[in-house]
Amino acid sequence: MATKVLERKPLSLAERSYLPQIVGGLKITMRNMLKPPVTLEYPDERPEIPVGYRGVPTLVRDPNGREKCVSCQLCEFVCPPKAIRITPGEIPEDAETAHVEKAPKEFEINMLRCIYCGLCQEVCPEEAIFLQDIYSVTGYTREEFAFKKEKLYELGGTLPDKHFKWDKKKAAEEHGNPHH
Amino acid sequence: MSEGEKDKRVPIYVDGQEVLVAPGTNLVEAAALAGKEVPHYCYHPKLSVVGNCRMCLIEMGTPGRDRATGEPLLNDDGSPKIMWVPRPVIGCATTASPGMHVRTDSPIVKECREGVMEFLLVNHPLDCPICDQAGECRLQEFATDYGRGYSRFIEEKNVKPKRTRIGPRVMLDDERCILCSRCIRFTEEFAEEPVLGFTDRGSYTTLTTFPGKELAHNYSLNTVDICPVGALTSTDFRFKMRVWFLKETDSIDTESSVGCNTVVGSREGKIHRITPRRNDLVNDTWMPDSGRALYKMTEGDDRVLNYAIDGKPCSPDEAFSLAATLLNNPDVAIVGSGRLSLEEQFLLTRIRARIPGPTPSYLVARTGQGDGKLLSADRNPNVRGALLTGLIEDLPAKELTPLGRLVNEGTVRTILVVGEDLSAAGLTRDQLKRVSVIYIGSHHNETSSLAKIEIPLLTVFEKAGTFVNQQFRVQKFAQAIPGPKGVLFGLSNFTRLLALLPGGETLAPGVSAAWEQMAREVPELEGWTFGGISSTGRVVSDARFAHLPFIETAGLHFEPKSAVAAEA
Repeated sequence: MATKVLERKPLSLAERSYLPQIVGGLKITMRNMLKPPVTLEYPDERPEIPVGYRGVPTLVRDPNGREKCVSCQLCEFVCPPKAIRITPGEIPEDAETAHVEKAPKEFEINMLRCIYCGLCQEVCPEEAIFLQDIYSVTGYTREEFAFKKEKLYELGGTLPDKHFKWDKKKAAEEHGNPHH
Repeated sequence: MSEGEKDKRVPIYVDGQEVLVAPGTNLVEAAALAGKEVPHYCYHPKLSVVGNCRMCLIEMGTPGRDRATGEPLLNDDGSPKIMWVPRPVIGCATTASPGMHVRTDSPIVKECREGVMEFLLVNHPLDCPICDQAGECRLQEFATDYGRGYSRFIEEKNVKPKRTRIGPRVMLDDERCILCSRCIRFTEEFAEEPVLGFTDRGSYTTLTTFPGKELAHNYSLNTVDICPVGALTSTDFRFKMRVWFLKETDSIDTESSVGCNTVVGSREGKIHRITPRRNDLVNDTWMPDSGRALYKMTEGDDRVLNYAIDGKPCSPDEAFSLAATLLNNPDVAIVGSGRLSLEEQFLLTRIRARIPGPTPSYLVARTGQGDGKLLSADRNPNVRGALLTGLIEDLPAKELTPLGRLVNEGTVRTILVVGEDLSAAGLTRDQLKRVSVIYIGSHHNETSSLAKIEIPLLTVFEKAGTFVNQQFRVQKFAQAIPGPKGVLFGLSNFTRLLALLPGGETLAPGVSAAWEQMAREVPELEGWTFGGISSTGRVVSDARFAHLPFIETAGLHFEPKSAVAAEA
């Protein structure tokens, strides 16, 4: 292979003294010293979570306190890392929400498996599962990371939506367009 | 189809493509032969045609003829002139005639389907998230394939009864019903116990049971299978698992010698339901309800899960070597089972051949009332397999009285029992205590509690193999779920025992290896292979057993040959 010999140019006086570079660097340092800090004193200070952030998946209730999930198991089906596991159950006939017929007996999300992709929220036909703003999940044992139904509802809270799909259904059963 | 019938086939043209169909074929089936789907709800190949869903509307025309002369009308290019019916016709109630032309994807047909779908969905509750049918629902499938894609309906939907229990095993949701009447026709035509009917008129039409009646007969769950929507659902399967999770495995119903073809739906080693599989030569598309609950035996608390000697768990090798020592005696008797697969029965005969002495072999008969349909009087699925392999020479009896006599005489001191309870078959506890019992079985019973050696056996869902049904049809079943932890797979129990007996013979524990041996040794199965048996089964010659008085009476696709059964 042919070798090409390059001629090294001699350094100028400014370059040899190194002073302009030091001054340039100090200028950046001074500018940032006077700016407000960009870091947070975590965990005493917490960041502001932007809208649409995909945090821990949670289950929500409707404003009447009814659990919205009907255990259709679509999230379990769509979940890429198979983190969700649902045991479907039947709502007893004497319950107030008996007309919904179906609710999860157990709902488990394994947070060691969850990849926070949000597909469960996207696929849910009942708008019952939401990735909310919780970003920090800690624990000492593997079991703690398998979030059960109670924990998921506790984290999820109430969704202030105004659909009342099932309430309308019940009202229709009682009043609307009945058989004679 | 014989040559003569083949000649009678008529040519029809589906979207211009020529297909030959048997005379009398309706256009839904004829289009299927041409690879075209004609969507339908009320039409079912095994039920009468009513034509009330209107989903299978297609365009149809026949070659024209001159009214005066009867001469065929021709186009300018000499091809026959097709006289198209000016309006669409329903495919299910139109039979093919020679030269008929059918259009299954013309603009009119598409519009018809959109219109029908729109009307069907007008009062549909859109329960899909809580509906068990979701995933195998014809409404869902056809709405995406042929529907409009959006709803124009803004009025209030009709309200009908939901969550109605119309029988011990069937739930009815009237809002989901599309009034196809398949279930009504099934209970009338096949089950011959009409209990379902429509009441009221128009959009208030409601499916219900006759007053004071309920859908309780032993074929009620077939209505759930044929319901194209989620109106009829099974109480046992209700809310258990979504159907898209189920792995489907072809299997055989073991409750009687009919051998209904089934599909076992399982997920992660747990069986959730059993449904019938179409076999026009055995069970059409039906099966009894009783056979659908059989999967529960895989989960019972009374499963044999350990290899054990004198009730103490041991390793398989210890159990087999002690069993081989006990069997290497001239005082052994074998009690097989009509519930074992053909391969297991065959390997039992191989084991018997290695045992010195006469080794009397028995089977225990299980009988019940045959219902003349898909439940026969012989409640063992594979007695004919035991006859074929030579495990037994004659039909089994309910009581093992001869064996009891041999035990009393002291000529039998060791009994190899496979899958049967000797106490239930008439042997007393005292008799069982006098002999060493080697029990190979899937469940605990009195015999296993008195057994010297206990060896766990896989159930029909946990192994592959074949059964020989009442028609002498060899039918395959596949393994649906893995066996319990620690239980050897496949035919291992039998091949390992065989290897330890004198003149030890080493066989692979798979089904194919057993079939290689069987093809050599069973004259009727010469040249057969396991892979060569089709999914509808293959009939084996019954000439050797024509003299035996089989107890089955006539049923669906079955006529008894034996004079004894015919009289009964």
